[in-house]
Amino acid sequence: MPITVYTPASALRDPGLMFRSMIADLRASRELAWSLARRDLKAQYRQSLFGYVWAFIMPLTTTVAWVYLNSSGIVKVSNTGMPYAIYALTGTLLWQMFTEALNSPLAQLNGAKNLLAKLSFPREALILSGMIKWWFNVGIKLLIIIPALFILGGTPDWHMVLVPLILVAILLIGTAIGLFIAPVGLLYTDVGRMIPVVLQFAMYVTPVVFAIPASGFAAVLFRINFMTPVILNGRAWLVGSGGSMHTELTLICGAALVLLFLGWILFRTTMSVLIERMSA
Amino acid sequence: MEQDVLIKVEGVSKKFCRDLKTSLRYGMADVRDEVLGRPRTLDLRPKEFWAVKGIDFEVRRGECLGLIGHNGAGKTTLLKVLNGLIKPDAGRIEIHGQVGALIALGAGFNPILTARENIYINASVLGLSKSRVDERIDEIIAFAEIEDFIDMPVQHFSSGMTVRLGFAVAAILIEPDILFLDEVLAVGDISFTIKCLNRVRELMRTSAVVFVSHNMPLITSFCTRVVVMDHGHCVLDTEEIGLAVNHYFGLAKNTVQISGSGQASVMDLSLAADGVAVEGDTPTLLQGQEVTATLRVSIEKGQTAEVNLVIADATLTGLINIPVMDEQGSYIVIGPGEHDLQVPLGVVELNAGLYSFIVGIRNATTNITLCRHQGLQPFRVHADRVAWTKFVRTGVSKVLAPKPTTVQ
Repeated sequence: MPITVYTPASALRDPGLMFRSMIADLRASRELAWSLARRDLKAQYRQSLFGYVWAFIMPLTTTVAWVYLNSSGIVKVSNTGMPYAIYALTGTLLWQMFTEALNSPLAQLNGAKNLLAKLSFPREALILSGMIKWWFNVGIKLLIIIPALFILGGTPDWHMVLVPLILVAILLIGTAIGLFIAPVGLLYTDVGRMIPVVLQFAMYVTPVVFAIPASGFAAVLFRINFMTPVILNGRAWLVGSGGSMHTELTLICGAALVLLFLGWILFRTTMSVLIERMSA
Repeated sequence: MEQDVLIKVEGVSKKFCRDLKTSLRYGMADVRDEVLGRPRTLDLRPKEFWAVKGIDFEVRRGECLGLIGHNGAGKTTLLKVLNGLIKPDAGRIEIHGQVGALIALGAGFNPILTARENIYINASVLGLSKSRVDERIDEIIAFAEIEDFIDMPVQHFSSGMTVRLGFAVAAILIEPDILFLDEVLAVGDISFTIKCLNRVRELMRTSAVVFVSHNMPLITSFCTRVVVMDHGHCVLDTEEIGLAVNHYFGLAKNTVQISGSGQASVMDLSLAADGVAVEGDTPTLLQGQEVTATLRVSIEKGQTAEVNLVIADATLTGLINIPVMDEQGSYIVIGPGEHDLQVPLGVVELNAGLYSFIVGIRNATTNITLCRHQGLQPFRVHADRVAWTKFVRTGVSKVLAPKPTTVQ
């Protein structure tokens, strides 16, 4: 018979026990994660006329807007080495995947406040189901992006098989950051409001719709931005070239893995404190 | 095996904060302490109070512990700590075995999806596998009595149907060693309530139960032990359920509410049991006593009035109507001035508990309410045993001689 003990002591006092229960909860949450993801996706698309179309309307309109701004000369983007439409489309799609991954943990927890406050279940399931939904939305985006690459004059090649790697990287980095934001975000709504503001700024120092400037302060920001290698390589592999900054990319992924694990521990240790404050 | 202690609670305390902004700040401080592995501070910080303080008890398999107390006494908070939703600030809880909770029925229901889809989702939130639901889905649907609506979106369900569905999913599927119940038994109509009670009784036989309720008849019929809570503290822990229920009612603050046009008022209401006046703020009557009420009313000039008495229970639900009538069975009409009315209340057949009077005085011709006093002269009824019904009638029954059976 399982014995559970609740005491005021922090779970971190007994790392062995914590690690065992982390694995156990992760295993226990798989079925629930699928079930919750299916529920949300079904409900999301059942109540909408255009259904899945909404998943790619946003990046498509952003792309059209930037192509217009570029071709009309309102905004001059330096040479990108490929048709600008492809540059902007791949950039915005990859960036959007990143922001979705980053927002997911907080959004999942906020959406399940009622469950969290009243029922006891492995909370990892909420994060996992967010990831499942993320893959689903990414799949839809790829369905539109790949044909669009050919139509817009791109030349995708075998590098395409590397794209899933970059997707995993985006999910890792986004979720890791998201897990660190979530605890504070659950307490203070300021965090939720701040995320889009920060991300907006971050987008302009990442090669999403702009190319990396050759020199100046902006060039430094682009260089130290950890998303630069991710977006650069993601785009390169989509359009059929080898990309660059591979060492940086590997380091960033390694760091993201460590962060993700730490974020998970943070999530577990703080959840009961947060539940008490949000239900009080 | 039947005597295993499944729930062991030792000195459990939990503090809450009165102010939201401060609470959030303390939340951040607690997050920091958790992450640094620091022990929690046991002192109350400004604006904090003990929502639960120093609670101890043990529950064995087959026992049912009732947690009673008024709103805000800390019952639900304690249940949340037991259920592992929030951590205790002090003390220790040991839980042996699988926990099942009939709390927040239908949590996780999505209104857009059909009842069938929601059954699977709800079950997985409760930690039950799809195959388990597949086996028993017909049983769930039959229990909830929603056969005709099983593929309808839950948003079109009545609230009663939703709760029934939620109860059915949880109650059919769980096989807990430990069962937590929080005010969930009074769902739906009476026939459904009986089904729920029977199912809970089945579950109780094999589990250790903690039962939170304001429904004293249910507490009386289910519990083997009761803990009375008040302001977070345990004020009584007893196996004598009747005593606990009495104590619970004793905690109630009685307030008199007066409404009406104000052209009449009740000056005094006193009681006499078996011809002897009973004294005190909340006098105690014994079951079986013959009781008389003496009512002093005052009527303003120009009014003629009729008086009506009602005995109400602790929830101010009227139980007995006592019109103030004469021998002919018509209302006594009284004129302006002060009057003393003697009203026979009959033999006390009320179940043990707390009661009060509602007195209404209305104009004899226009029927306009001149005054209505609610919660007047509370009194307690004492009995050696507590029933789950509102009334108790005792009499002497006998076994009649058996009918001779004819043999062919």
